[in-house]
Parts: sequence; structure tokens; C-alpha cells
Amino acid sequence: MGLTREQVRHVAALARLALAPDEEERLSRELTRILEYVEQLRGLDVSGVEPSAHGSGQSAPLRLDEVRPGLDRAQALAAAPQPLADGFAVPRILEG
Amino acid sequence: MKVELLDGTLEEAAAALARGDVSSEELVRAAIERIARRDGALHAFLRVDADGALAAARASDARRRDGRATALLDGVPIALKDNFCTLGLETTCASRILAGWIPPCDAHATEMLRRAGAVIVGKTNMDEFAMGSSSESSAFGPVRNPWDRSRTPGGSSGGSAAAVAAGLVFGATGTDTGGSVRQPAALTGIVGVKPTYGRVSRRGIVAFASSLDQVGVFGRTVRDAAIQLAAVSGHDPLDSTSLPQPVPDWLAETEKGAKGLRVGVPREYFVEGMDSEVERAVREAVETLRGLGAEIREISLPHTPYAVAVYYLVATAEASSNLARYDGVRFGMRAGARTLGEMYSQTRRQGFGEEVRRRIMLGTYALSAGYYDEYYLRALKVRTLVRRDFERAFAEVDVVATPTSPVPAFRLGERLADPLQMYLADIFTISCNLAGLPGASVPCGFTASGLPVGLQFLGPMLGEGTVLQAARAYERETPWHARRPPEA
Repeated sequence: MGLTREQVRHVAALARLALAPDEEERLSRELTRILEYVEQLRGLDVSGVEPSAHGSGQSAPLRLDEVRPGLDRAQALAAAPQPLADGFAVPRILEG
Repeated sequence: MKVELLDGTLEEAAAALARGDVSSEELVRAAIERIARRDGALHAFLRVDADGALAAARASDARRRDGRATALLDGVPIALKDNFCTLGLETTCASRILAGWIPPCDAHATEMLRRAGAVIVGKTNMDEFAMGSSSESSAFGPVRNPWDRSRTPGGSSGGSAAAVAAGLVFGATGTDTGGSVRQPAALTGIVGVKPTYGRVSRRGIVAFASSLDQVGVFGRTVRDAAIQLAAVSGHDPLDSTSLPQPVPDWLAETEKGAKGLRVGVPREYFVEGMDSEVERAVREAVETLRGLGAEIREISLPHTPYAVAVYYLVATAEASSNLARYDGVRFGMRAGARTLGEMYSQTRRQGFGEEVRRRIMLGTYALSAGYYDEYYLRALKVRTLVRRDFERAFAEVDVVATPTSPVPAFRLGERLADPLQMYLADIFTISCNLAGLPGASVPCGFTASGLPVGLQFLGPMLGEGTVLQAARAYERETPWHARRPPEA
């Protein structure tokens, strides 16, 4: 139930977080400690209990499928680190 | 005159504005000057928008001259936590990854406050992305408690709490996901209210944990909080979790008194390890309520000990999803990199602080293949058990009274070595968020060394009125809300 350094690396990759080697060690320790704490939930009998995605128990309301105003292109691009005329420039996906 | 007004309540300032004793411009200038003098020692504010605030103040004064300044908040200087989007004004969530980010729109709550004529003086400091209980994880430096500047004001809305407690503004907003309004209110000796989940729209509030986040408000008094809460509450068709029920007249409900109120005191909220002065102050507060005619009943909320564990799986899982958007593509910080993948991981490594990264890791793990059922799904089931505890309790009592925090304000740096120690600071506030219920903290005393202690009231779904009623009845009978921290 603890997290090995390899598992830490795997989770970091899933979360798109680069980690330095000493951080892997520290996170392995800290996350293991937290996971040991949450182990106490395993002792509870939850058979037949529905999960609660949130407190109020209401379902998602619907609305008519009508076009409504949203951000215009200029607003959407205003904070872009590398805007193009019609999009966001990013580095290449693959090396080489 | 204006300077003394800053030491008074929001309601008194609104009355002074209405009488014409002071103009909004004078009041706002006084607030800006006091912030300039005192906030260096507190760091409650991340930025002050003097130009915007003075323009809003002048507009308020013009409305008042025309007889159109009807709302209580019109012309009153307040502050917003820096995870509230403000059109044209930098919003960072105290994170490097959003340093310099200018939102293209106001949050719904921001809009509502502007519509009421409130003057937004600035944005307050906080734990990064609202993850924390001490406001120490801010990328821009911690907040200090006005009662003792070697201590934290609590968190994550510590800047807003400190700003109100120090009389820099008359009111402030925060967000409360696991206690982040109620706990800092308790540690800074003011009132903090978190309404029912969905009572206030979350549109434009930077998301941390979507099923738990809720806007909250800070005030010197219960009525000050009620005024602000009313201004931001109500249905928003652009937030699908927003509740449709109309907003009651909470100011009227606050004056109903405690006679006949059934108050539940849960035995699980008086635990070993809690500060003895906190326990004594809260037990005395319960006796005060009894003296006011409330009926005190011991109750049990048996799943209380599991709440922190549930929270640190559910909230972190939701956070890992919500914070996936910070990838350097469309807004915020971008790290230089040769490939897209490197850009993502370097941006997030450099842009997020340690606590945020830790929680993203925990949440990602809890949702990952092979672990989802064991951690996240199980936590959601225990969440149902926590909810049911409250449903059973509210069949017998009208309101629940507990300590807000197990300890008074702790020293800066004291809880940083072990993340779990910091998480346990939330032990009394967290269940309320899991169940989506309203809660408030009011000052109920001071420790021997002069640190504030908070009393928490929890109510049933849409029971803000009852929570405010109990809180106000207690406040009317006690002197705590009139005390002020030593001047900086």
C-alpha cells in the first residue's frame, strides 16, 4: 500500500509532472504516509452504500440547445503564451 | 471619522454612507491608506487596485447623489480572495503558474458584488490554489495573523480573514472546500460563513475540488456576513450545480434568538489532542446558548473520524482533474521545452508549488487504474455515510455546535514538516463540505495568550438561516466580536 519510487514515477508521468530524483524519494515517503492514514477507510462496511459524487444529491439540469454568446477569439487568445492568428502555438509533439 | 469607521462594522459604514456622514471615496481612500500602512506586516493583499476602487467609489457617490444607491453594500470597500476572477485585474490563486494572468471575465460572485455597488479594493493572499490551512503555501509569501504576527491566520483564505480582522476592509470573500473560510475566521476572531453547496455560483471561481468548493464570506459580525452572503447568493444558469431555490431574507432570520432552538453537540468533536483552552471556550459557549433558552442535546456523528481521509482522496482526485488545464498551452506560465510533453511537465513542475504537486500526485494515484475502486470510489461511499450521519442528526436538532479548529493560531512553519499534521487541522470543518451543508464560525473567546477561538455552527441543507440565527443569538450575548487585534 506504500508507494515505491517506480510507482511515483508512473503517477508523475500520468500527471504530466516532471520530478527531480530527490523529489521522488520525498514524495514516496510522504504519499506512503498519507496512504497509510487513509487505509482506515478499508475497515468500514460500505456494502450496499451508494457513492456520493457530491452533497446535494441533485442531478444535472438541462437547458435548451441554443447558441449563446461566449468568449470571442481575441479574448480567448489574449492570455496565450504564443498566440497564432487562430490558435495556440506549441512545441513539436515528437523529437527530431 | 473615516479611520474610526474602519474599526467598526460593515453595517455601521453602510449607515454612515446612507446618512451622508462620509462618502465612498473618503472611505475607500482611508482603506487604501490603512492597507499601505499596515499590510506590509501582514501580507493579506496580493494586489490593491487603487484606480479601479476609486473609480467605483466615485460611481457609488454619484449613484447616491441621484438617489440610486439602494443596496447596503453600495460604496463599501471589500476584498476578494485571489481565486475569484476579476475582469481586467490579475488573478493568480497565489501560484506562479498564473502570475500575470488577467481573466477575460468576472466570476459570477464578483459580478453580483459589483452590481450591489461594493467597491473591490484588491485581491487577497491565500494558500496556492486554495490547498492549505495556513496560507503558507502562497508562492508570494505567507500571510501573518493580526493577533500575533509570528502565527498564521489559518487558510486557505487567510488573506481575506486577516484583511477583515485588521480592519483593512469591511468584508471579504473566500472559498471553503474543507474549511478554508471557517477555520481562518476562527483563528482571526471574526465571522466566516460557508453556505449550502450550490447556494452561490462557482462560475469564475478557480476550481480546486468541484464537488466541495463553495464561496464563503468574512465579516466582523454575523449581520455583516449575512449582508455579503445575500449579495452573492442565488441561481446562476451558467453553473449547473447552482441551486434554484430563492434566497431568504437572512438579515431578518438572524434576529430570531435562540429560545427553543435544538442544538446538537456531537461527542466526536471533542477529541484528545485538541487544545484545552479551545475546548473550554466552546463548552462555555454551549452553556451560554443554554442560558439563552436553547435546548442542548448530545448527539453522535459516528463517521467523523473518517472525514479527513475521505476528503484527502476526494478533494485531491478532483484537484488532479481540475489542475490538468494548467499546461502552458492557452494561458498562464509556459516553460521553454523542445517537445510538447516536456513543455507540459516542466511548466507544471516550475509553476506549481510543493503542496499542489503533492495533492495532484495523491489524486492521480487515487484515480489511476487498479486503485480507483479501492481509494476514490470507496471514499465516495464513506462520504454517503457522513451525509447520513447529518441527516439523522438534523431529524432531532436544528443546528449542530462544535469547535471550528482543534487548536488556536499556530506558528508559521510549525506544521510544515509533516503534511498530515496540516491536514488534521481541518478535522472539524471537513465533514460539512463532504455533506454539502452550511456552516459558520463565530468568535467565542480567547486563549490566555490572546489568541481567538472559534465556535462553529452547522446546519441542514439550505439551513443558512438557522445557522445565522444561532450564531447571532450567541454573538448578541457576548463581547468577543468587539475586540480588535493590536495595531501593527
